[in-house]
Amino acid sequence: MRPMAQMAMVMNLDKCIGCHTCSVTCKQAWTNRSGMEYVWFNNVETRPGLGYPRGYQDQEKWKGGWTLTKGGRLTLRAGGRLNKLLNIFSNPRMPAMSDYYEPWTYDYETLLTAPAQQNFPVARPHSLISGKPVNIEWSANWDDDLGGSLEHAAKDPMLKGIEDKVTFEFDQTFMFYLPRICEHCLNPSCAASCPSGAIYKREEDGIVLVDQDRCRGWRMCVTGCPYKKVYFNHKTGKAEKCTFCYPRIEVGIPTVCAETCVGRLRYIGLMLYDADKVLEAASVEDDHDLYEAQRSVFLDPFDPEVQREAERAGIPGDWVAAAQRSPVNALINTYKVALPLHPEYRTMPMVWYIPPLSPVVDVVKDTGHDAEDSDNLFGAIDALRIPVEYLANLFTAGDTGPVDAVLRKLAAMRSYMRDINLGRDPQAHIPAAVGMTEEEMYDMFRLLALAKYDERYVIPTAHAEQAHGLEELATDCPVTGYDDELLDISGPFGEGSGRGNATPVAIENFHMLQQRQTSETLVGGGSSAGRVNLLNWDGKGAPDGMFPTSRADRPGEDEAEESGS
Amino acid sequence: MSTFLWVIYPYICLAVFVVGHVWRYRYDKFGWTTRSSQLYESRLLRIGSPLFHFGMLGVVGGHVLGLLFPQDWTDAVGLSHEAYHVIALAGGIPAGIAAVVGLAILVYRRRTVGPVFSATTVNDKVMYAVLGTVIVLGMWNTVAGSLFTIGGEYNYRDGVSPWFRQIFWFQPDASLMAAAPVGFRLHAFLAFTLIAMWPFTRLVHVFSAPLGYLTRPWIVYRSRDERPGRGTGTRAQKRGWEKVQ
Ligand code: SF4
Ligand code: SF4
Ligand code: SF4
Repeated sequence: MRPMAQMAMVMNLDKCIGCHTCSVTCKQAWTNRSGMEYVWFNNVETRPGLGYPRGYQDQEKWKGGWTLTKGGRLTLRAGGRLNKLLNIFSNPRMPAMSDYYEPWTYDYETLLTAPAQQNFPVARPHSLISGKPVNIEWSANWDDDLGGSLEHAAKDPMLKGIEDKVTFEFDQTFMFYLPRICEHCLNPSCAASCPSGAIYKREEDGIVLVDQDRCRGWRMCVTGCPYKKVYFNHKTGKAEKCTFCYPRIEVGIPTVCAETCVGRLRYIGLMLYDADKVLEAASVEDDHDLYEAQRSVFLDPFDPEVQREAERAGIPGDWVAAAQRSPVNALINTYKVALPLHPEYRTMPMVWYIPPLSPVVDVVKDTGHDAEDSDNLFGAIDALRIPVEYLANLFTAGDTGPVDAVLRKLAAMRSYMRDINLGRDPQAHIPAAVGMTEEEMYDMFRLLALAKYDERYVIPTAHAEQAHGLEELATDCPVTGYDDELLDISGPFGEGSGRGNATPVAIENFHMLQQRQTSETLVGGGSSAGRVNLLNWDGKGAPDGMFPTSRADRPGEDEAEESGS
Repeated sequence: MSTFLWVIYPYICLAVFVVGHVWRYRYDKFGWTTRSSQLYESRLLRIGSPLFHFGMLGVVGGHVLGLLFPQDWTDAVGLSHEAYHVIALAGGIPAGIAAVVGLAILVYRRRTVGPVFSATTVNDKVMYAVLGTVIVLGMWNTVAGSLFTIGGEYNYRDGVSPWFRQIFWFQPDASLMAAAPVGFRLHAFLAFTLIAMWPFTRLVHVFSAPLGYLTRPWIVYRSRDERPGRGTGTRAQKRGWEKVQ
């Protein structure tokens, strides 16, 4: 046994309202730079739909992830090492900008300089790549809310096998939102594809990162990731990906996307797993077994044997304690309601999803039946094969069994809790029908519906004795002075080259963040010049510069107003 | 003059090459990349780039053979001058053609595909000009000099090659080069210029050829604290504040 710790996330899809707040705040924190205009580390896609980049799930085309050889050995679908090196001068499977979308801005100048005239002036869209006027034809969420689905949704790779049963008649279709970030896989094919060895998995918390100093721009990782969550920065010529907001995680606060999630549907916690078993689990023959195989890799943090081994492996005691309290562990292993996204890619993803019951509930409701009655819902789950099969294509490689089981649990919880909320006698047979006790059902409800901030996010801090950056104790806020540098980041050899021109990631230091995190009031540390720093924002109050200051707060304004009138 | 061109200048260029790379690696690891433009355009790149790069690998191999191996050695293994010539041309011409055609496609692509053109820096343009001229001159020397023997036959293995080897034992004989045809002299001079420019252009990516990929394990694990002087947070440790070991 070789225990390792992994930061993981679970998203409860029933609660996602598709507001894209997570995407916007992540972009604000990480990718609002030139060269990254088209990049969304977090994106929210409407299913059924094409996703971002367009049709990324079609691995026949993109060749992402792992596959089994005839002999049952695990190998990269895009080809082995030699194949990679031979194709290094031009990657045959790299998505083009047009598969994402051509980023644009508007010509606001026209609006500002337009003379008084009869017709409203129009700000035309301009490409951020070529600077020329563009005709906007696609974006990161072009088919949002099934927009244009008659044309696009039928091309959804996940409809394979059920395409004849699905219609996109307005009143018969179903939809839900799927927020996606990098999966921080246990068996990351992006890292395996990197010829330079620049992509690595952190031993302490399993976060997968790209070493910007070692990346040489060979672009094989973009192909290697089946979720298409490694992006090529076309200005710096380096690959970049979701960082799981590691500067925040290290000090014990959740990722930006989770912090700002409007539906409060994201859970972050630790999972312990046995690194020795990963390869074996990723190589099981039948795709349908991958879900259980991955669960078998996880270690039970309550098991004394595991605790001993964890200590021997150098995992601190408070981390094991955090793994015991981990909401992610509870949802994956205790209640078994979370499922991995596309286990068939064999990367052992670590952002799991609670599949949505809403497509089923909606249908029951629309037919005039009681949508909170467990029998009605159970019947509907059995009868409504289309949403269930679709969900199975996403979460269990097409095996409807586990999806059925999860949906039945959610349905049972829904009707069991209704009785309690309405003051009726709770019916023990409802949890029993899905193999749960009443206590378990109530606890699951608590975690899914009521859990507070510190129950949803159980994040042990990185250990101070592991941190060498002690000099930060004695220094002032390192934000000072960066804003000027940010304005001009083109170095002598192109964008961002040269020492000191790259924007440091953890702009705020360890102690300041800790202070913010533990105090009731706001501690300074935002940045000036109107650049909103969401990376450091902890949910208390509004970050500096997010909103214009109100009249009353602006010194001198009031008097000016009065004397003028 | 010929002492400067064929003795001093090569040494200056080589020194700049070595020191430049050390400096660039230390100063600008972040900028050390291929700066691929595949994201903008990949149809032309798919043809041009492998043609050019594999062609160049062949050309470099040919130069190693022609410049570094003395004629005595090939004589010693019983390879006649004519046989060597045939082998060199049979290998060199296809490689050269591939490189030139590839380069032509790539330059055409750079010029005509809008986003690629706007991502091209002045640095790139100067480098392309020198690189292109060196390659074309080299091609001309091979085709005109060796294949059709325009302007008389010239055996570079009696002139250019010994001079090139002498550079490495610090006794270059400038007169060897001074006697070479003008095409060879221009090619050599510009090639050294290119060598001097090398560390300051995107050409540095040549030294990142990821051969280690063939042997390393699939997944790289790294500790958060692996980089010395880096801990939680991203500031480098300041001198005088090192951790007590
Ligand atoms: S999801 Fe993330 S960790 Fe997994 S292969 Fe893709 S980029 Fe790598
Ligand atoms: S974890 Fe951080 S970097 Fe990753 S998607 Fe969320 S906000 Fe973006
Ligand atoms: S912020 Fe939350 S609710 Fe809104 S789209 Fe993102 S995941 Fe869904």
